[in-house]
Amino acid sequence: MTPDQEYVLRTVEERGVRLIRLWFTDVLGQLKSVAISPAELDTVFEEGVQFDGTAIDGFSRVHEADVLARPDATTFELLPWAKADEPSGRMFCNIATLDGHPFDGDPRQILQRNLRSARERGFTLYAAPEVEFFYFDSSSASEGRPVPLDNASYFDLTTADISSDLRKTTIHTLEAMGIPVEYSFHEDSPSQHEIDLRYTEALSMADNLMTLRLVVKKIALDRGAHATFLPKPLNGVQGSGMHTHLSLFEGDTNVFHDPDDELGMSEIAKHFTAGLLHHAREITAVTNQLVNSYKRLTESSEAPPYVVWARNNRSALVRVPVRKQGKPTSARIEYRALDGTANPYLAFSLILAAGLRGIDEQYPLPDETNLNLFEIDDNERKRLGVAALPRSLQEALDVMEESELVRDTLGDHVFEWFLRNKRAEWSEFQSRVTPFELERYLGSW
Amino acid sequence: MEPLLVFPNPPPAELAQALDLGGWAWKGASGLNEARADQPADGWVGAVVFADTDPEEAFRICRSIRSGDIHVGSILLLINGGHLASLDFREDLFDDFCLTPFHPVELEARLKHLFRRSRQLARAEVIEYDALAMNLETYQAAIDGRPLDLTFMEYELLKFLASHPGKVFTRETLLSRVWGYDYYGGARTVDVHIRRLRSKLGEEHANLIQTVRSVGYSFGSSRWG
Repeated sequence: MTPDQEYVLRTVEERGVRLIRLWFTDVLGQLKSVAISPAELDTVFEEGVQFDGTAIDGFSRVHEADVLARPDATTFELLPWAKADEPSGRMFCNIATLDGHPFDGDPRQILQRNLRSARERGFTLYAAPEVEFFYFDSSSASEGRPVPLDNASYFDLTTADISSDLRKTTIHTLEAMGIPVEYSFHEDSPSQHEIDLRYTEALSMADNLMTLRLVVKKIALDRGAHATFLPKPLNGVQGSGMHTHLSLFEGDTNVFHDPDDELGMSEIAKHFTAGLLHHAREITAVTNQLVNSYKRLTESSEAPPYVVWARNNRSALVRVPVRKQGKPTSARIEYRALDGTANPYLAFSLILAAGLRGIDEQYPLPDETNLNLFEIDDNERKRLGVAALPRSLQEALDVMEESELVRDTLGDHVFEWFLRNKRAEWSEFQSRVTPFELERYLGSW
Repeated sequence: MEPLLVFPNPPPAELAQALDLGGWAWKGASGLNEARADQPADGWVGAVVFADTDPEEAFRICRSIRSGDIHVGSILLLINGGHLASLDFREDLFDDFCLTPFHPVELEARLKHLFRRSRQLARAEVIEYDALAMNLETYQAAIDGRPLDLTFMEYELLKFLASHPGKVFTRETLLSRVWGYDYYGGARTVDVHIRRLRSKLGEEHANLIQTVRSVGYSFGSSRWG
């Protein structure tokens, strides 16, 4: 028994915890949970909880269905929404095979493995995402015709407004669970909100994002609303993304920072950015994993469909924020493609791997692009050598399938399962008749 | 919580301060009668005897302890370097000694060495500061009577800070004392956890932990100013 496990046992006893939820994440990024009683906790720390993985997306295995969930005691938190007479706690788990090896299909351990290889080079990855989402009236959402809870827009002060109230409650809950929020505000579109999390090391951040998604949805649900991270729920208004700020530290030093560089960017930052740009198309199927994700990545001014970087250009995939003087620790880059439906463990793994590849191979950073790429046509863009992100999930899967970087980073099991699963999703979408087709064609043909 | 017996009463200010900052529970006694009257049921875990003010009385106390008159685990004698000769043939009266004027770090090291080894009981098992209460026995913390839900590392960090009110710690010190040297995350880990702790303490109490610009962090303020 380690000291952190003892701490959890003691807390469970002292606080009268009645139920412990063991959380883990499937390959598609959905949170899963197994509940155990406090009496079992001791044994579970020693041996894990055995369950049948075949029902979990991406957990199916050839020889054997059962896997073990082993709780990470350092992630123990009491759930603030549990009833006072029935306190509950949660821990994130790693998934193991019955003979105790890390299970290939476990996204959390895939990230841990990639973070370890960064650590072997001395690097720690920090991430700070800006999570966007919509609140809809829940009956309208369940009918598939989402109606926003309000019609306010960017930075409007809508204090009496229910959706701002929801956001406030959400933030208090996150803070109570040790997930500090940097900013939060009403976004551009009706009932669209943004919560910016304060940076943490990437594994904690992925755990935090899984928690955030649950908290946002749960608090909305309790008040008759439906919260969604769907990238493009409404026609004609901006979609929801998850711009993510990234930095690499070596001990206490932000290795993205160089005071003598014109941009304040170190060689490492430049190579990392070059790596991200170079491999961006390959990782897009994972960072933007839904058919719907590609509706956001088109015309919207906040979503970057082009593989370029810039300091101030909203059409750029990577932004290098201009920083306040004398704050070397805040040197960072912002990856703008991600959306809030991505599996954060896999997405962070790939972003890190792409950046590290850039460092290892010393990729040169292309020139900054200050053109507004929305205003030039495709021919001109191609002449300038500017690549576009995949335009559809299908194209993204085609590019991913060719990527040795993505295969190495995710491992064969997840790489192959993901492609199979998403190919099936695409072909199902392809075979559906959409409202667009009916509206456009039915009358005139 | 079983206190250390400290002689004389009141002890010199620098001794009282060092004991407080180290988080030791202690009780002063001006003489044998008091030490006997205040003796806890299981006896004193240890005694810190300051011999510079009244050496005769100090040695008398040590002798009574040794004769079993009052029950004390081990004895730490504080004595001026110029009076070392008075220790001749009195080696049986103490378990360790520390020269005065003492260095607080040396005193702390000797206290730990002597009393931690015998029994861990002399350490305060409850930390109370303003609205914060921590029970080190049960690992529980509360603010304004409201339980704080802390992860293990948050708890360890708060315990460390709250055990040393007013003392400023660098990130490096916190990292090495709370996480241990083998932790790879670097001092930024400390910032992340401090921010998490402040969120859990709530807006009203977040300022219990202060950021000391370009140095590190401190908790509350020292009762010694």
